[in-house]
Amino acid sequence: MDTLILGLCYGGIYALIALGYTMVYGIAKMLNFAHGDIIMAGAYAIFVVLSAQGHVILALLAAIVVCTALGLLSERLAYRPLRSASPLAVLITAIGVSYLLQSLAQIFFDSQKRPVTVLPPESVPMFGTTVSVASLWTLALCTVIMVVLTLFIKKTRVGCAMLAVSEDRGAAQLMGINVNFIIALTFAIGSALAAFASLFYLMQTSVVEPTLGAMPGIKAFTAAVIGGIGSIPGAMVGGILLGVIETFSSSSPALSPYTTAIEFGLLIVILLVRPVGLFGKKRREKV
Amino acid sequence: MTVTAEKKKFRLKYYGNYLLLAAVLLLLIVLDVSGVLKRSSALTFTRIGYSIILAVSLNLVVGFLGELSLGHAGFMCVGAYVGCLTSNYLYTVIDSPVIVVLLALAVGGVAAALFGLLIGLPTLRLKGDYLAIVTLAFGEIIRTVCRNQEFLGGAMGLDNPNKYGKELYIIAFLAALVTVAVIQNLMRSKHGRAIQAIRDNEIAARAMGVNVTYYKLVGFVIAAFFAGIAGVIYGQQVSPISSNAFDYNYSIDILVMVVLGGMGNITGSIIAASLLTYIDVTLVSQLSGNAVMYKSLIYALILIFMILWNNAPFMLPARDWVRGKFTDLRRALFRRRAAESEGEPPATAAWDKIPTKIPMDALLSTDIVPERSHGGERKEDENESMGS
Repeated sequence: MDTLILGLCYGGIYALIALGYTMVYGIAKMLNFAHGDIIMAGAYAIFVVLSAQGHVILALLAAIVVCTALGLLSERLAYRPLRSASPLAVLITAIGVSYLLQSLAQIFFDSQKRPVTVLPPESVPMFGTTVSVASLWTLALCTVIMVVLTLFIKKTRVGCAMLAVSEDRGAAQLMGINVNFIIALTFAIGSALAAFASLFYLMQTSVVEPTLGAMPGIKAFTAAVIGGIGSIPGAMVGGILLGVIETFSSSSPALSPYTTAIEFGLLIVILLVRPVGLFGKKRREKV
Repeated sequence: MTVTAEKKKFRLKYYGNYLLLAAVLLLLIVLDVSGVLKRSSALTFTRIGYSIILAVSLNLVVGFLGELSLGHAGFMCVGAYVGCLTSNYLYTVIDSPVIVVLLALAVGGVAAALFGLLIGLPTLRLKGDYLAIVTLAFGEIIRTVCRNQEFLGGAMGLDNPNKYGKELYIIAFLAALVTVAVIQNLMRSKHGRAIQAIRDNEIAARAMGVNVTYYKLVGFVIAAFFAGIAGVIYGQQVSPISSNAFDYNYSIDILVMVVLGGMGNITGSIIAASLLTYIDVTLVSQLSGNAVMYKSLIYALILIFMILWNNAPFMLPARDWVRGKFTDLRRALFRRRAAESEGEPPATAAWDKIPTKIPMDALLSTDIVPERSHGGERKEDENESMGS
């Protein structure tokens, strides 16, 4: 039970990150490699605010501002000029941005691991065991965010515009949708989700370092692919699935050294059996 | 007849890379025999040798095949471990270190190629982004597995008591020469053209009868093979071999070499690999620990800038300006050849020079509306629909 709740927490975090990946992938048709490092930047923002004795809410706001700014900045400076370039070029640039953020973090905050306490380690008895307050917050907020995001995309005009752009960029432009604005907005939303993810991630790990974002980033991408990249419910399901598998695997002594290998093995199996992922739609390619 | 005559003409384009590598190797051997070559510089040149192999083989995947592999260090890891195990075993059987190392090269390369096949088979059917992630994941898996296996030395790394001497640079450069020869000639062959056709337009290539999955796999496996070779050379130089050396950052370092040298340009890869490795060895390791951060900062900026330089529309004027300067420089240096090439007819047909009675300008312009029987009616229809 403990493991399941912890797994759901990590799953929620991965789902939030995976949403960022999947939205950007669906709308801008690019894999934003730097997404994990935006989480890292958010974690450092939280770290700075908290070490200045700021409140958690303030820290979260700071993380949202920093992440959104970085997301928009990278989109404007690095990805927008490459809108018509080959996917390979965009991918390499994204790797460059990821590397850039990591090295900047190293330069500003050296490569030491630093401890952060987001919430005091309190626990509440529940379901016959104790559940930490941080986990409860994570689960509750992740659920709220996912519901709000789904409603936003399904019900609002801007959300519909995003769906339209992901469906067919050219046609959306002809319908009078400002494609550049929608893509920038997607980056902003994805990065804001990353800010939330960085807060929850810090609640669980309590350590910041410049390479913090790399692993959750890759795992969340794995989750997005398992769920079907471009699909929003897919990212949620994939994230939660991956989180649960990860915690169960790392809690068993025989499997724990191979946790990463198991997760990536799952990715390869999914790609083999169902390349579009659990919820993905198959698309015909045209010349 | 003219065709054969042209074939026999010596082309710097085709042999320049070999000459470059062979000249460096000869120079090193001469220096070594005369006793000038220090051990540390021999090690540096070994590193340059296997960096060239890594960069050129990654260029096959990134530059020619148009896919992104982020697990090149993983294949190198396979080569290093397998090569080291092989050589440790073979030293108990065979005396000659040269034969042992050559056999280790073969075994390590084949092992890495097998892993390439294993990874490529399921993933190469998919689009590029997936391949990038899966190869990245593969690199991490390999590292995790190597770290947790007792017979591979675990976290301490695999001991290699029989390190090859400083003459390893000869093997490294010969292997680089072979790598360049194989990949360069592959790219000029029918198979290489198929691989490049896939990069340029996969659907068109498939329509022309190119077996896309097969050729992607061929390119990927060959690249993995040579990465394994580079790994074996690395494994003969370093002891103990630690799986931490083959992390994601190392794959990125190789990618930076390829991107800086120019994707799809082998000479560029050779030069960039030599340059970056040399800078890495001589400058970065002598400076304090902080320099490593600036190294990755500069690498990141190189990646972003090179891609923007080659692709972004706002860079176009600057790029043309620099290209123009280069052309001027080349004209000034090779005056004779420049004059020759100007004398040759341009590659595209000069349609305005063709003697004909048809006014070409008018024919090619869009002003002429082809006469159609229903042309007028349709125009009216359009007007109506516009109005309503």
